[in-house]
Amino acid sequence: MNLTTLTRTARIAVLLTATAAGSVTRAGTPAELLAGYAAQGTEAPSPKAGQQFFNNRHGREWSCASCHGAVPTQTGKHASTGKPIDPLAPAFSVERFTDAAKAEKWFRRNCNDVLGRTCSQAEKADVLSWLLTLKPGM
Amino acid sequence: MVKRQLISIAALAGAPFLQPAWADEDAARGVPLQPKYQQECGACHAAYPPNMLPAVSWRRIMINLNQHFGTDATVDAAAAKEISTWLNANAEVGKRAREAPPEDRITLAPWFKREHDEVPAATWKLPVVKSAANCAACHTKADQGDYSERNIRIPR
Ligand code: HEC
Ligand code: HEC
Ligand code: HEC
Repeated sequence: MNLTTLTRTARIAVLLTATAAGSVTRAGTPAELLAGYAAQGTEAPSPKAGQQFFNNRHGREWSCASCHGAVPTQTGKHASTGKPIDPLAPAFSVERFTDAAKAEKWFRRNCNDVLGRTCSQAEKADVLSWLLTLKPGM
Repeated sequence: MVKRQLISIAALAGAPFLQPAWADEDAARGVPLQPKYQQECGACHAAYPPNMLPAVSWRRIMINLNQHFGTDATVDAAAAKEISTWLNANAEVGKRAREAPPEDRITLAPWFKREHDEVPAATWKLPVVKSAANCAACHTKADQGDYSERNIRIPR
């Protein structure tokens, strides 16, 4: 892909080795959270798979995009209550993926609504790796 | 006893003189919202004021968060306890508490319908409103539990 993707992958690789030692991630940046999810999978996170996962429906009424938008760089809207939701992509909303417990809580709730189960670590890694490719001015 | 009689007399008379419970600006501004409650119960919709439902409704809501109006709204056990205690202490105790509204919905309570009977049907259907439960679409300070008339803006 492009240069940003490359540097990101490199960064992940560094972080991967860093977290392998510590195991539990109580992380503070999106890249650290991503490294935590990715550390438990065998394959490198795929932004492309993440984008598909995010936009596909999984046998139920909603996809992730139903509330967050197809490209979550803008304010989303809750599919049933209509309440606005801050952009999910970290480059557009500074607090996103900076609190591991908060991210975990919402993955749990939202995956349950969309897939009827929890998301795997690999699925979370794919989604977050895609969200991190979304940058202003693209 | 006396109070109940008064209310039924008022009801018989069509109650034209009964002040809506929310006519009082202070009441409409409500109690300050517990931060935990605001955080856990204010992400998908406004954190509804605790005195808009009776305790029995809040209790049912809090034990069914895994199937919460079609979504998973579960919170961890410590948060659930903290929030339940606060909701229970601040739940409605006045005449609106005598009956839990259908589905434990504020928006299906008779007083809610009364307060909103002047809102045009088309307004409820606007994309920015979408649901009557989306209080903040019109009550601009709903996130702070403020429903006073001066902070209402009807979208068009
Ligand atoms: C029914 C609406 C809805 C759907 C569908 C939905 N979400 Fe969410 N999501 C929300 C809301 C509401 C929040 C919290 C909003 C806030 O914090 O401002 C949220 C927050 C999140 C967060 C928290 C991020 C952070 O650190 O702040 C993640 C991660 C997330 N969603 C991922 C997903 C994924 C992945 C899917 C698809 C499997 C999905 N969501 C589908 C409504 C939804
Ligand atoms: C994951 C999203 C989510 C979270 C978190 C959430 N809710 Fe809800 N809630 C909903 C949805 C969806 C509805 C149905 C709204 C509609 O019909 O428009 C709803 C409806 C309600 C209603 C009825 C609204 C009406 O129609 O009068 C109450 C009361 C309520 N929620 C209380 C709570 C409480 C208390 C909490 C915190 C423990 C909470 N909610 C957390 C999604 C959520
Ligand atoms: C479509 C816009 C709209 C939505 C959505 C809405 N309201 Fe209202 N609400 C109004 C209007 C307009 C009034 C004033 C009616 C009047 O004065 O005749 C009002 C009045 C009220 C009042 C009385 C305020 C007073 O001081 O007299 C309360 C309480 C209230 N609403 C609560 C709620 C709650 C709780 C919700 C969400 C569950 C909600 N409303 C959703 C438009 C709305």
